[in-house]
This record gives sequence, C-alpha cells and structure tokens, in this order.
Amino acid sequence: MSITQPRAAPGIEPDITPSIASVGDYIALMKPRVMSLVVFTAFVGLAIAPSHLHPVIAVTALICIAVGAGAAGALNMWYDADIDARMARTAGRPIPAGRLTAGDALAFGLTLAGFAIVVLGLLVNVVAAALLAATIGFYVLIYTMWLKRSTPQNIVIGGAAGALPPMIGWAAATGGVSIEPGLLFLIIFFWTPPHFWALSLHRADDYARAGVPMLPVVAGLKTTRWHILAYSLLLAPLGAAPWFFGFAGPLYGVVAAVGGAVMVALALRIVRERSHAASRQMFAFSILYLFLLFAVLLADRMSGGLYAHFAA
Amino acid sequence: MNDDKPQGGIKLTEQQLRARRARSIGIAVALGLLVILFYIVTLVKGPGVLHRPL
Repeated sequence: MSITQPRAAPGIEPDITPSIASVGDYIALMKPRVMSLVVFTAFVGLAIAPSHLHPVIAVTALICIAVGAGAAGALNMWYDADIDARMARTAGRPIPAGRLTAGDALAFGLTLAGFAIVVLGLLVNVVAAALLAATIGFYVLIYTMWLKRSTPQNIVIGGAAGALPPMIGWAAATGGVSIEPGLLFLIIFFWTPPHFWALSLHRADDYARAGVPMLPVVAGLKTTRWHILAYSLLLAPLGAAPWFFGFAGPLYGVVAAVGGAVMVALALRIVRERSHAASRQMFAFSILYLFLLFAVLLADRMSGGLYAHFAA
Repeated sequence: MNDDKPQGGIKLTEQQLRARRARSIGIAVALGLLVILFYIVTLVKGPGVLHRPL
C-alpha cells in the first residue's frame, strides 16, 4: 500500500490492492504533449539568450524543465481526478480509469518536482530553479487548486504558468531575466485564452457537467466568441513586438504579422459563423501560430549568429 | 526460517507482478540516468562544479 493512501477508518479493512499501473501510466501523468510545448519554448528562450551555455548544461536545464512540467501535470491530475472522471476527454486518464491511485500520483508529482528544482539549482543556477519552482507552484496551487474551480478567468491568469518556460530557459543561460523573455512571456500569456476558449466552445457541455466554470459555461458562447476576438486583437501586435523592439529580424516580423492577421481573421470568423468548424480551425491554427513564432525567432537568431560568425 | 511454513500476505497476480517489475526497471533506469548526468556535469564543470553564481 502506498503511504500516501488515506488511512482506513477503525474496523474497516484498508484497500491494499497492489498497483497495476504501468510505466506508460506514469508517463501519461506527466502530460507529454504539454511537456513538448514547454520544452520547445524553454529551448527557444535558452537558445536566443546572449550568453553561451555548455551544451551539456543546456540539455540538463531542458531535462529539468521537462521533468518540472511533468511534475506539474501529475499534481494537476492528482487534484483534478474528480473533474477528469466526469469529462469525456479526460475520463481515460490513469486515475479516473482506476489504474493508478490519486495518492501515488501525488507522491510521483512531488518527487519529480523536488528533483527537477534541486537538480536545476545545483547544476545550472538558482534563478532558473526559483523560476521553475514558481511555475510549478503557480500551476498547481493558484491555477489547479484555486482558479480552475472558481472563476471563468481561470485560464487567463493560470496561463502565466504556461508562459514562464521561455523565461526559465533564458534564466538558465544568463542567470537573470530581461525584457526579451518578458516579451515571449506576454506572447504566450495572451495566446492562451483564445487557444483554450476556442477548444472550450465545442466542449462547453463537458465542462458544465464537470462543474468547471469555463467562460462558455458561465458567460455563454456569444461572450466567449467576443473574448476570443478581443484577445486575438491584443495578441497580433504583441506577436510582432520582438521585431518592433529590434530583438528579431524582418523574417520574424513578416511571419508574426501574417500569423497575427490570420488569428484575427479566424476569430472574426468565429464571431460571424458561430460554427464548431470555425472554433476547431482557430484551435488548430493557434498551435501552429505559436510554434511558427518561436521557430522563426530561433532560426532568425541562429542565422544571425552564423552570419556574424562568417562575417567576423 | 522454515520454508515449509505456509506463506501469508498478498499473492500478486501475473499482471501485478509484470507491472511491478516494469515500474522497478523504470525507477532503476531513471536513477541510472541521474547518476550519469551528475557524472558528466562534474566532468564538464571540473573544479567549478561547486561554484553556483546566482
């Protein structure tokens, strides 16, 4: 029996059924798809930073960030097991499916979080480790335990946790933070609401059944569509800000301008058409948009570095 | 200890045994990778391994 399982009441036999959880179940707890986006954005933050980090230390930092993101995912699944069980999209996760106990997920998440933060602090630097700890803490304590169940602004404020990885990557390379990773933070922060609300538009029933006060459940589909448009209008110029501030080249500026215009156009389509197809398209494009922004920023910096290398 | 004495406690099923073995291997691999990581980082950092600027 796991030490984290609740103690049985006197006279009642405790559940000591041995676990059938596979390694795959523990990997699923770490939300590998979310982790891949976290690692990618952290890598871009690390790679574009103006200081050289030994490749081994850089890989170490990325592993710690990946494990920290996995820990946050596991702790989220531990706390949200009741919600997950009531939603079609998440009912097959290891805890609601009965393959893993909530206590085991808690122990797994806490262990990973501890290792990720301590190893990042010991092998890379303390600032990056503090930011990773803040990210995990914000995601679990502020978003999962508080905001998600209490306000339709849950993903707006909670989005800060998902926006921090580029800053952690930058801090791993430089030992500090500055305006550049701050811009990347803002881009992901303002990208998160239209991205998730586009998804929640056609899953409103699921969220309502689970009692999660997502914007479409609380304020209705019409208000959510207008919110998606408003955030897309804020996001489009923010996406181009790295070029505007001279921190990225013209190629980035063109990609950000075109991508931002498409985001706004898709948001307008959602407001006009009110169809599931429009919101699905917005959701899919938003992922491509964020990926393109970061990939082009990375390529831009790399090509700039190569150019400087050959010009020297 | 008498081996002829009947064993008490829980008898694991084949599935539980397989799952436990897989988890044990998973933990061993993770710990092994951590040891290798610390070893390589120590080589990379050299004497500066204990120097951790803020």
